[in-house]
This record gives sequence, structure tokens and C-alpha cells, in this order.
Amino acid sequence: MQEFTDAFGAAFALLASGDPELAEIVGLSLRVTLTAVAISCLVGMPLGALLAIARFPGRGAAAALLNALMGLPPVVVGLATYLLLSRSGPLGALGLLYTPAAMIIAQTILTLPLVAALTRQTIADLHAEHDETLRALGAGRWATALTLLHDGRFALTTAALAGFGRAAAEVGAVMIVGGNIAHATRVMTTAIALETARGELALALGLGMILLGISAAVNLAAMALRARAERAAHV
Amino acid sequence: MNARTPTLRAALLGALAAMAAALPGAAAAAEQDEIIVQSTTSTANSGFFDQVLPQFEARTGIKVKVVAVGTGQALRNAANCDGDVVLVHAPRAEADFVAKGLGVRRHPLMSNDFVIVGPAADPAGIAGMRDAAAAMARIAAAGAPFASRGDDSGTHKAERRLWRAAGLDPDPATDRWLRELGAGMGATLNAAAGMGAYALTDRATWLAFANKADLRIMVEGDPRLLNHYGVILVNPARCPNVNAKAGQAFIDWLLSAEGRAAIAGARVHGAQLFRPAEPQEKTR
Repeated sequence: MQEFTDAFGAAFALLASGDPELAEIVGLSLRVTLTAVAISCLVGMPLGALLAIARFPGRGAAAALLNALMGLPPVVVGLATYLLLSRSGPLGALGLLYTPAAMIIAQTILTLPLVAALTRQTIADLHAEHDETLRALGAGRWATALTLLHDGRFALTTAALAGFGRAAAEVGAVMIVGGNIAHATRVMTTAIALETARGELALALGLGMILLGISAAVNLAAMALRARAERAAHV
Repeated sequence: MNARTPTLRAALLGALAAMAAALPGAAAAAEQDEIIVQSTTSTANSGFFDQVLPQFEARTGIKVKVVAVGTGQALRNAANCDGDVVLVHAPRAEADFVAKGLGVRRHPLMSNDFVIVGPAADPAGIAGMRDAAAAMARIAAAGAPFASRGDDSGTHKAERRLWRAAGLDPDPATDRWLRELGAGMGATLNAAAGMGAYALTDRATWLAFANKADLRIMVEGDPRLLNHYGVILVNPARCPNVNAKAGQAFIDWLLSAEGRAAIAGARVHGAQLFRPAEPQEKTR
């Protein structure tokens, strides 16, 4: 239990000292994760909406596959991304391995199925509710998808935040494709893994508490934005 | 339609701005003269690189990025051309790497030693022994828990050499006291501390390791526990992306009087981490 008390102390000491390395690591974590989640939302939400609306053979299988992809272990995604981006891999010429771009790619692969699957569920429910009205208006597939995405935008915040949670918490993928290089690709989770390996358990746990605080701040900000938008929508 | 356009446009712009913000980092990194060194956790986690690299960077302006993994993985990554220099500790695997044309030449760089650590209670009764193989045999005979890296790292290779020297070939499937963790040195020491197991560790990681709990050094000083590090330039003839000039500059500096002094000067809690190799030492 001493570790927990020490961890609080370590977390406070780090925050109080305004440690520039911590700021750098937190900044990169946010940059990588928020970019990955933004791309996932941009691609995954329309994809999930279309999957909810379109009728085609194998639609059930596609939905099941999407749900299964939500369970992909980060380390598998990291390994696959490594093999793609390795100098001897198909995309090696881009020279992206061990850069933040590689970490963004891996986390996008990790979060896109989650965002798409949660969107599909939300939009499928809305679609069941509004299908007839939309058809009466003569809306095509894309128009229906966009209308429902707009209608469900507050509920979809949850999908985006779930994606953020998965990306912010994972260590397996960014460790492999980023390499945990100091001042280049070290993020919160890989720093925690490093301090654990050094036996600096209190410091590692303290970093974990700071990460939790950042996640809480992002969630609170998203909820506040959503509440404001909801009020504006009802005026 | 009009009501939703601003929302979507804002989301789109936000995402594009985020992507744009992410890209310059990658582009800028490619312009600076830098090398990637595939190395081991023992050199990175002990703080060795933190003390040595700034001296090289100040002298040459070349930025060194260290990827710290096990020796086996470091050599495999380098075989995929993912790195400019390898700095690892498994002389035989390194010689093999060079023989296959994957690396240019192995330079003996430095050494330290392995130690066998174990719980203070010492159930196998090996404390103070000099003969590492005999100590390993005693651990096996007592069936005392032994935490093995099990990850084909340099330390894991050294551990298997010791089992062989003891005339043993323990199998974790049947010898339940041998616990193959498939983990890095630090994680293995954490596990050993947690389950009161013996473990083989390099001295640099041990010195810097903060969660020793009741683990103590049990066996040290056997010549078989010597731990040699080598440095190799990844073969640019095979991997055109290798920054051969900067990579060779790094190797030359490490082997120079200044580099050797930097290696000898790297300390943790006042203890020297590595001993630089003799300049005229033959390539192993």
C-alpha cells in the first residue's frame, strides 16, 4: 500500500515541478491519440452509418466482423503495422516506422472498428425509428446516413470517447511501432511501461494517475461541449 | 441540411487540423542527421544511454534514437533494415549477423557481468558461491523457483549457456520451478521479487533497479558470467536506407578515447555500469 501513497507523491511532485519531459510526453500522447480518434470518427462514423442503413448480402457477417475487430489486441495491431511499415515491408519506403505518424496509423487501426461498430448500433436504432419518415421524404442512402448521423451526434460522442479511451490506454501497439524513443516517440503508456521495468513502481503508478486525470479532463470537456451544443440545439 | 453543415464542417476542419499538426513532426525528423540504434533494455533502462549520448550529440550534432528491446528482437529488427546501428550483447548471434551479411563488422565495445540474484531466504543455498553453473545445478536440484527471461535476449542466451554448463536442459513444461516469463529484464526482476525466485540479470539493470524487495546478489565473479557488448553498423549495401556515415561516426566515437571515457564514466548510484573494451581487442 506504501506504493499508492508514494505514487500520489510522485504524481504531485511531477506536476508541481512542471517537468518539461512530462509535458512533452503528455503532449505527444494527446497529439497521437486525438489524431487517431479524429480519423477514426471521420471514416468510421459514415462507414458505421452506411452499414446500419444499407441492405446487402453478408450485412450480418460484416457487422459481426466489425464487432470482432473491437477485440483486436493492441500488440497484434502493432505487429501488423510494424510489418507494413518496416523498411523491408510493403510501405517501408515511406520511412514512417518509429515516428508519431506510425503510432497514429496503429491507433487508427485500433479505434476505427470500435467507433464504426458503436456508430452502427446507434444509427441502426435511429433508423428503425425514422425509416418511414425518411423514405417518405425520398431520402437516398447517403442523405439518410448523414441525417441520422446528425440526429445521433450527441449519442455518437460516446463512440468517439470510447475510441479515445481505447487509444489512450493501449501500450502494445505504440511500443512496437513507436519504439518508445526518448524525446521522439515516448508517450504516457510507454513511459509507464519503462518506469515499471526500471522498478520505479511509485513513479509508474504516479504517471498512471496523471494519465487518468488527462482522460477525465478530455471526457469532461467532451461532455461540456455536448451539453452546450444540446442547449443550443433546443433553443 | 443547413443546420448540420456547420457541425460537420467543424468536425472535418478539426480532424484536418489535427492531421496537419501531426505531419510536420514526421517531416522534420527526416531532415535532421540522426540514426536509430537497436539496442537492449540493459543499456537503456540503466540510464547508460542517458549519460553517454548527450556527449556524442554535443560533439557531432547527430541525434541518436534508441529502440530498447531484447538482443534477439534488436537483431531481427536490424535484419529488416529498421535501424542503422545495433548495440547488443550476444557475441555469437552478432557474429552470425555479420556472417550473413546483415551487418558490416562487429566491434567489441564494452563489458560488464551477469549476477545471479535470489531471495534473502536462499532456499537453494547458493549465496556466496563462485561457480555459477554449480549454483544453477543446485537451484534445479532444490526445485527452487527461477524466473527466466524466456525471450531469446542476450541474458536468456547466457542463462541457457549456464544450464548447459551445469549439464542440464530444464524444460519449463515439466520443470515447474523454471518460470519462463517472455519478458524484459525489468519485468523479470519484478516477477522474481514478487514470487521469491532466483534470476540471472546483467549488473547494469540490477544496479539501477529500484524494486529489489528482498532480492540479493547470490553469485558473482565466475568468468562465465562475463557479459560482452558489441556494436555493428547495419549493412548499407543491403539496406540502402541506412545512414552509414552517421552510424559509422557513432561507432568510431564510441571506440575512440573520448567514447571509452564516456562509457567508463557512466554510473548509477556511484557504481560503474560498463568497462570499455581494450582498443586492440580482437573481433570475436
